[in-house]
Amino acid sequence: MTISSSLPRPEARVNDFVARFANVNGTGSASANFLFAKAIFRMGIPVTPKNIFPSNIQGLPTWYEVRVSEKGYLGRREGIDLLVAVNAQSMKQDITSVREGGYLMYDSTKKLAPDLIRDDIHYLGVPMMELANEQFSNPRQRQLFKNIIYVGALAVLLQIEFSVLETLLKEQFAGKEKLIAPNLKALKLGMDYAREHFDYPLDFYLERRDLIGNKIMVDGNTACGLGAVYGGATVMAWYPITPSTSVAEAFEKYASKYRVDPITGKNQYAVVQAEDELAAMGMVIGANWNGARALTATSGPGVSLMNEFIGLAYFAEVPAVLIDVQRAGPSTGMPTRTQQSDITLAANASHGDSKHPLLFPSTPKECFEMTAECFDLADRLQTPIILMTDLDLGMNDHMSEPFQWEKDRKYDRGKVLNKEELDAMGRYGRYLDQEGDGIPYRTYPGTHPTKGAFTTRGTSRDEYAVYTEDSAAYKRNMDRLLVKWETAKSLVPKPQLYQETNQSDWGMLFFGTSAFSSEEARDLLAAREIPLDALRIKAFPFGKETEAFIHSHQLVFVIEQNRDGQMRSLLIQEMQHDPHRLVSILNYDGMPITADQIALKIADYLKQKNAVPHDLSETLI
Amino acid sequence: MTYLKPLFRHPRLPKNKLGYTLKEYEGGISTLCAGCGHDSISATIVQACFELAIEPHLVAKISGIGCSSKTPAYFLGNSHGFNSVHGRMPSVATGANMANKNMVYFGVSGDGDTASIGMGQFVHAIRRNLNMVYIVMNNGCYGLTKGQDSATADVGSASKSGHINPFQPVDLASLAVDLGATFVAQSFSGDKQQLVPLIKAAIQHQGLAFINVMSPCVTFNNNPGSTKSYDYVREHMHATGKTDFVPQEKSIQASYAEGTDTAVTLHDGSVMSLHKLAPDWDPEDRLSAVNAMQQARAKNEILTGLLYIHTGYGDLHKILNTTDTALNRLNEKSLCPGQKTLDTINAGLR
Repeated sequence: MTISSSLPRPEARVNDFVARFANVNGTGSASANFLFAKAIFRMGIPVTPKNIFPSNIQGLPTWYEVRVSEKGYLGRREGIDLLVAVNAQSMKQDITSVREGGYLMYDSTKKLAPDLIRDDIHYLGVPMMELANEQFSNPRQRQLFKNIIYVGALAVLLQIEFSVLETLLKEQFAGKEKLIAPNLKALKLGMDYAREHFDYPLDFYLERRDLIGNKIMVDGNTACGLGAVYGGATVMAWYPITPSTSVAEAFEKYASKYRVDPITGKNQYAVVQAEDELAAMGMVIGANWNGARALTATSGPGVSLMNEFIGLAYFAEVPAVLIDVQRAGPSTGMPTRTQQSDITLAANASHGDSKHPLLFPSTPKECFEMTAECFDLADRLQTPIILMTDLDLGMNDHMSEPFQWEKDRKYDRGKVLNKEELDAMGRYGRYLDQEGDGIPYRTYPGTHPTKGAFTTRGTSRDEYAVYTEDSAAYKRNMDRLLVKWETAKSLVPKPQLYQETNQSDWGMLFFGTSAFSSEEARDLLAAREIPLDALRIKAFPFGKETEAFIHSHQLVFVIEQNRDGQMRSLLIQEMQHDPHRLVSILNYDGMPITADQIALKIADYLKQKNAVPHDLSETLI
Repeated sequence: MTYLKPLFRHPRLPKNKLGYTLKEYEGGISTLCAGCGHDSISATIVQACFELAIEPHLVAKISGIGCSSKTPAYFLGNSHGFNSVHGRMPSVATGANMANKNMVYFGVSGDGDTASIGMGQFVHAIRRNLNMVYIVMNNGCYGLTKGQDSATADVGSASKSGHINPFQPVDLASLAVDLGATFVAQSFSGDKQQLVPLIKAAIQHQGLAFINVMSPCVTFNNNPGSTKSYDYVREHMHATGKTDFVPQEKSIQASYAEGTDTAVTLHDGSVMSLHKLAPDWDPEDRLSAVNAMQQARAKNEILTGLLYIHTGYGDLHKILNTTDTALNRLNEKSLCPGQKTLDTINAGLR
């Protein structure tokens, strides 16, 4: 089948398209699809792959979406230009998802049913199964190489450099060299078939660029695990839960490589798979209390379970680091879909008056840096610090600036008294505020034979850690915790301002994985005479920069991936803003938010308020 | 509760080999009811630590919530304590132990704290053979909320108000043996002679040492008809044997009559000698321990003393192959791989 000439050919687009792969979970498609994305990355072209996968091990539909953007936009984009449909289950739905004039590649070993034919898209039939069956005898290989065959066909249609694919396969199978030849063979089968049967390249294709620099491609969870190793964590306690499991796995992987005493062969770390998330948090608190840096990683359901312990650590003032890789809730929700919907849960975790610093990374580099920073903050502030990442950032590969570690960087272990300091002082008071910053001095167990011991407890106590039910002492303590909260504002990462001085009466405020699409939406709107100032929040509590940004704009669009506008609520709670000034722009369908959605919603809002002259929605996509 | 604690100590109180008297091992004033079994257990812990000459500051006391969990404030005042949340002592103890393997860990819990809300964590601490002494002060009721039945209350046992417990009890000692605990003992708060050597051996044991101590609640569960009252426990106690603990440095001179005595050598070379009263019971044989406990239960006896010991397993640190230096003592030099390694990692991600 060749490309139908009756359809209008859009202007050729270089390095700007979205390809989606529709596969069956557990059929080995992941490595073939990654090969496709990585090859584009190696050609120096910005690329963002996203896995849209089911809560299932084998059999259910799974998709892999690759956005290629010469301009470097890393958010998801609406509109699928090319769909590789190799899953009969989802074929009907997949075909309807292709944009008008787009392409569908399918396995033409079997003829397509008539109801699957659309007259406004191009069909690219490749007999993948037939080719694989002819050339390979092992049933598992037939299955796997079917995937490599379509990558080969795409290589021709989109002009992926063969040498790049060849190098990637050689790297992938280093140590298993005998697998290289059959993989290359499958690749060539696909390439040859495409050359013989299709016009190529398609009307969008790839051209080598130098837009990547020294960037890396890695998922956020790996970066968090590595950040914990660099940040000095020695104890990791965790309970398996999607999408956070790979944080613990990455920590263990890197620790087992870089944290083994070369002389004794013994581990300078401990990983415990706990019986549940409660126990994981208990272990983290126990280890931190005893002077080790410890962390756990979980998702929303785990944070719900950890609430009681988080409150204990807040009130007893024990450091703890928690990585929350958010997924779509509530309850079990959509375990394999992304959201930013644990904001209020995490900010105020536990009963009673309690609030916790949160950090919001947007990139793998920030996952790495902020995880390490969490340990310094936890030790400095003697309180739980929660890193708020999400499934999109945690489990998808992202293009990122490389990881960096400052030479001779020292850990900030906060206010901890040693034996000599205890000897030199009068009566030690665990909860005495000596410097007025709300942060008292800790002692680690085992420091001094006769001084500095106290009972850590979740009950009220006086400045000397002695149990008390005295109202005044209780209130003094609660008020000191607020002083500490003020101190936290000066220590957590500052927000990113996108302009030195305000350019507009309107602002947009976003955080975490909403950043990529928000930045792109800002460009889309600016190109249509709707300028917006922008600020990216990196931490809670908010500092004066965020407050000033909101105060200096008539309207601020708060962009987030949850139903209830949780960050907006937190902004109102903490800063007493006029709620009308903050307008929620939301996406909560479990898919990463797109620039088109954001731009359209903002344009719609402004149109309704008669703030912009005409309907811009048509020009936006 | 006792309001006053006499500050006077006899000037020639005996000293242990560290030069400390019992005073250095005492804690704050107890706020428990006068006559509470828990206070006797606290005193026993003080005695055991004093006799073993343990540096008090190298002990960590961790508890959950309840009357029993308050006791760490009442013994070893020079040790750090952590009164955590209900039923979660084992996880906090696990984390603390991971951070520093070179301390002694006392986990103090109650029957509500362990057999109900904390059952999961109890089970898993045992599975991991965490190196700690896990003491349950077992009174069969929730004292702090005024005497409700707990999960260890025997079926048919009467509460103070005359309510008869209809539910089967959780037998913590049997469960511990079944789960593979490497040291399981049972005792009575009123039997200091038995409890002191058991606690000493438990401290020396490398692994999880579980001691279930019947500790009557004088206020809510000391009535006729209760199977956790002082009178009932005294009348139904049946010891596996007389336990003695011989620290490593003292040579064993006592000669034991064949067939009745047995000696278990602990990891550090200390010896626990047992004058056996129960025939057909071998403390190092799990089957015979289970058997002895089942037989005692059938006869409505409370079997006390050492029930089971296994010295062959490694504790969690051994399983995880952690370094000899406590993890909380490691600094940037050994913890942070540095930029060069990061360059290699970056290169692998391109």
